[in-house]
Amino acid sequence: MTSTATQPAAVHAPALRPQRRPWRRIVLHGIVLLGGIAMVYPLLWMVASAFKPESDIFSDPGLLPATFTTENFTQGWDALGIPFSTFFLNSFVIAAISVLGNLLSCSLAAYAFARLDFRFKKTLFAAMLATLMLPFHVTLVPQYILFQSIDWTNTYFPLVVPKFLAVDAFFIFLMVQFMRGLPRTLDDAATVDGCGPFGVFWRIILPLMRPALAVAAIFTFIWTWNDFLGPLLYISDRELYTAPIALNAFLDSTGASSWGPMFAMSILSILPLFLVFLFAQKHLINGIATTGLK
Amino acid sequence: MSVNTASPPGTTVAVPPTGDLPERGRRRRKRRWAAWLFLLPWLVGLFGITLGPMIASLYLSFTDYNLLGRLSFVGFDNYVRMFTDDPRFVSACLVTLKYVLISVPLQLAFALALATLLNRGLRGLAFYRSVYYLPSLLGSSVAIALLWRQIFGGSGLVNTALGALGLTDLPNWIATPEWALGTLIVLNVWTFGSPMIIFLAGLRQVPQELYDAASVDGANAWGRFRRITMPMLTPVIFFNLVLQMINAFQAFTQSYIISGGSGGPVDSTLFYTLYLYQKAFTDFDMGYASAMAWFLLVVIGLFTGAAFFTSRYWVHYDGE
Repeated sequence: MTSTATQPAAVHAPALRPQRRPWRRIVLHGIVLLGGIAMVYPLLWMVASAFKPESDIFSDPGLLPATFTTENFTQGWDALGIPFSTFFLNSFVIAAISVLGNLLSCSLAAYAFARLDFRFKKTLFAAMLATLMLPFHVTLVPQYILFQSIDWTNTYFPLVVPKFLAVDAFFIFLMVQFMRGLPRTLDDAATVDGCGPFGVFWRIILPLMRPALAVAAIFTFIWTWNDFLGPLLYISDRELYTAPIALNAFLDSTGASSWGPMFAMSILSILPLFLVFLFAQKHLINGIATTGLK
Repeated sequence: MSVNTASPPGTTVAVPPTGDLPERGRRRRKRRWAAWLFLLPWLVGLFGITLGPMIASLYLSFTDYNLLGRLSFVGFDNYVRMFTDDPRFVSACLVTLKYVLISVPLQLAFALALATLLNRGLRGLAFYRSVYYLPSLLGSSVAIALLWRQIFGGSGLVNTALGALGLTDLPNWIATPEWALGTLIVLNVWTFGSPMIIFLAGLRQVPQELYDAASVDGANAWGRFRRITMPMLTPVIFFNLVLQMINAFQAFTQSYIISGGSGGPVDSTLFYTLYLYQKAFTDFDMGYASAMAWFLLVVIGLFTGAAFFTSRYWVHYDGE
């Protein structure tokens, strides 16, 4: 983390230009810090505004509420007639099932690609990679027709069943890459001890690929939690709404007239993402960095 | 990089198996059969939810179908109609193209600039990196789109701040056709954190010796950036470019929320995907929407193809 890539002089020949360095360092910190504040200011302001009375939101660009109130939260919580807890619970259920589905189906497929021999392996692997590039709109309309014809609209099936069919091929790719890095001698040892392919997968590979599973779980959670189009298409009953759809309904029902409660619910809706960010940051950053390069 | 190839503690390196040949052959055959079991869920998904619907949508694109009535084959009518008889389609194309061509390069420029700054051995790198990444994590949520609506509204945060600086006659950015798309572009640029993280990982791969040698030869910071960092990073730039371009073409949520699903004002934020959504699920013009989806696929393919084709002129791989 303390790379000194573009400052070789600092390490090897500090005597060359010693007087310029502290200055540059301070300026650099200043730029990066100011930029960072500008980046997160809108977020901080939204949090602050959730605790301001409605009239202050439009007049006060500052971060400290002049009058502190929690009324926005109590008002927003029941604004749709159904408490927001329902929507959060719905979102959690969908996200949790999706995580389970993706981990299971993607790791199974990845194991086949990384470790087993079968016919058409190269063709199928190429097909898997090709689906990575596919804009999902190409399948949107027929999928909708399909799910509608089997009466799956207004249920969570269209949202979670595809996860059990490894449709998020991105994670298969990620897991294949990871498995290729695991030593094959372990598989062989387990095979000698009498493990079949399923035993090897379950007892050897799966426990060893925990970092890759963590990355897949985190991103599945974030994506399904944020998903808007899916629930917008398939869910019409209010009791079944997810948090993002509920926010949209909130906007529709009040126009843009109750920003306070809307901000309050918005903040609660991104709180889980923020918690993931706080506690799984290492996996998150590593996930982006490694899958980015491979 | 978390991908760790070392053996974890507690596992001893095993002796290679020395089973006799027929035994191994049987095992291999059994494994081959097992492979299909492992692949089964994915194969069902590939054919049932991806390839099948893909072919279905290609077929639908040559039909007139409204979900309830009969399906009638109309040949290339949908495709002809797109370009000759649908001004909203053309404006959706232009809006999306403008969005992609402006926001993606800006986003990558910010990402590269910040990554280079952060890579200078700055103390607190992890902290800064998190701060800059946070908007990327939240940027595609409905909550942030709502925030954007307020911030760029007539009496929103931006105008309050500009007003405090003494500026008057400020527009309602969201409701002005000339500015509305700009707010969406700003939103996309704001999420430069994730390409930045990819750049940071790439920068760490640049061999230190190159910089040392350049310094000995008298190259200044800008020279080192232009002659070493940039060429060494071109594969990462290429990757980010393709990734962000594909993402930007498919942007949906933000324009839906900010325009209230309409793409307004005056279609100025009518993203391609939003128009496709309206056609399919408001007008129930399924055939036309499918044709639009296939045209999008072709356009994304062309852009990606162009990136790959030109890459040999500007992307440097190891040892060149």
